[in-house]
Amino acid sequence: MNMRTDPELSLDAAPVARRDGPPLLRVEHLSREFGGVLAIGDLSFTVAAGDIHSIIGPNGAGKTTLFNLVTGVYKPSGGRVLFDGADVSGQAPYRLAARGMSRTFQNLQIFFNMTALENVMVGRHLHLNTRLLPALFRFPSLVRKDSEARDRAAALMAEVGLSKYLDADAASMPYGALKRLEIARALAAEPKLLLLDEPAAGLNATESREIDAVIKKVAAGGVTIVLVEHDMKMVMGISHKITALNHGRKLAEGTPAEVAANPEVVAAYLGAAP
Amino acid sequence: MPSLFQTILHGRLTGLLVLGAVIAVLPLFLPNNFYLDIAILAGFNAVVCVGLNLLIGYAGQISLGHAGFFGIGAYASGVLAGNYGWPPVLALLAGAVFVGLLAFAVAKPILRLKGHYLAMATLGIGIIVSIVLRTESGLTGGPDGMTVEPFRIFGFELYGEKTWYWVVGALLVAVVWLSLNLIDSPMGRALRAVHGSEVAAEVVGVDTARFKAAVFVLSAVFASVAGSLFAHYAGLITPAKADFFKSIELVTMVVFGGMASTFGAVVGAVVLTLLPQALTVFQDYQQIVLGAILMATMVFMPKGLLPTLAALLPARRRA
Repeated sequence: MNMRTDPELSLDAAPVARRDGPPLLRVEHLSREFGGVLAIGDLSFTVAAGDIHSIIGPNGAGKTTLFNLVTGVYKPSGGRVLFDGADVSGQAPYRLAARGMSRTFQNLQIFFNMTALENVMVGRHLHLNTRLLPALFRFPSLVRKDSEARDRAAALMAEVGLSKYLDADAASMPYGALKRLEIARALAAEPKLLLLDEPAAGLNATESREIDAVIKKVAAGGVTIVLVEHDMKMVMGISHKITALNHGRKLAEGTPAEVAANPEVVAAYLGAAP
Repeated sequence: MPSLFQTILHGRLTGLLVLGAVIAVLPLFLPNNFYLDIAILAGFNAVVCVGLNLLIGYAGQISLGHAGFFGIGAYASGVLAGNYGWPPVLALLAGAVFVGLLAFAVAKPILRLKGHYLAMATLGIGIIVSIVLRTESGLTGGPDGMTVEPFRIFGFELYGEKTWYWVVGALLVAVVWLSLNLIDSPMGRALRAVHGSEVAAEVVGVDTARFKAAVFVLSAVFASVAGSLFAHYAGLITPAKADFFKSIELVTMVVFGGMASTFGAVVGAVVLTLLPQALTVFQDYQQIVLGAILMATMVFMPKGLLPTLAALLPARRRA
């Protein structure tokens, strides 16, 4: 992964080359109900390594529930999630993180009791010595690696365009910056798979384009991305593959052009008569 | 230039040096053993509060039962060193290990609880400990308490306020140092992350249950060690030292001084140990005045004493 080069954001919209690798994430007959209501029903799809794979659908289609199932926040009622060749259904999020999965949240989950840099440093958790005794007695090896983690976190913040917020309290940062802070924190874990839940929601056009560029750069660095997003311009511009959901079920799947041309997808979005 | 308060709040070693200097010169201003005694009690409370602040202020978990752990430490020393003739150091360590195991055993189930439910569960632990100490009178002397042997180590006997002042002072500096080290480490950030957002901590790999249990055990062990030494210093312990009111007092000290600030916990413990003594001039109205001061502080300084005072000063800078 080449994360350190080019700290400036490039805003050109050149498409990312498709790699079409082996499947990194495979969802098989996944379902989840909440008190009898089916949020996700018999859903199967595959995310190829290296792809930007978008999940779209109207509000309430089950996109965020799907994210929560894949990342272990919810346990599935049925079906399996296979990640990197292993069945990880129902595993705790921290175990999935150790396998190389990380995510951001639609409703921000920032550590508001820390600085921006510390937020990103928490993302380095899996790569640092987190035991009690070395921390209490400040072992030199721990201090050295911690200072490396600090540099690395600062580099990642530069990568997503947050250099000026290094020592800012997270609680004092604007919304758009916090969205990028979540991405930097997720990247600090060095994931193979990054799930982004509406990274552009609530952003203005300029900020959306910046996020767009960040996502492409991350993908170009070799990270597979699953993206939930309502900004169709962004989705159509950067996705290799799109899965469309409605009422928790798969409606359509294919390249952006195929999905955009699918009459059922159009009907689901516009509410046309069946 | 960062101000003195900023330095104390954010500087790691400078704050520690200031604390050490204050402890070193304080006896020069204390006219007699009565004042030394209050300083020693404040020191013991501060040790417990620094540990409790790791749990409450940094990791965001509540405990209304920490006096129970203090009490177990105190009685472990009283019973093992007194009734069974163990060397006091061994009794202290045995108490700490027992408290550590007990805290670990209860941590996993209760730390899954949140908010009021966690408060109730920890309250229950404290009450159980207190009841056991009251009723097992064969071992503990019951509600009247028990006398405790003096602390002996390598043939020396720790005796008198002057000696104990330095022992507690050194212990406090050590505990503050450990606490500052912990917070400025990957584990410390994981603890604060648990406070900030458990789900976000989990998705970057933090096993939140493990870290909550670890800090619960650590803070319980700090309380136990303080309890053991307190028992030897005071020479007499009663179940009141382990009861619900003592637990509330400890939490109040942490919140009053300023949550998520190690030196805030020290300041809270010291001020709230001194205040009841200073308020004796109000005689019958002492408790009312104390309550009014606490209420006013929390209304006008919701972040606690030290962080609020620090924020008032200009040139805010981070160390």
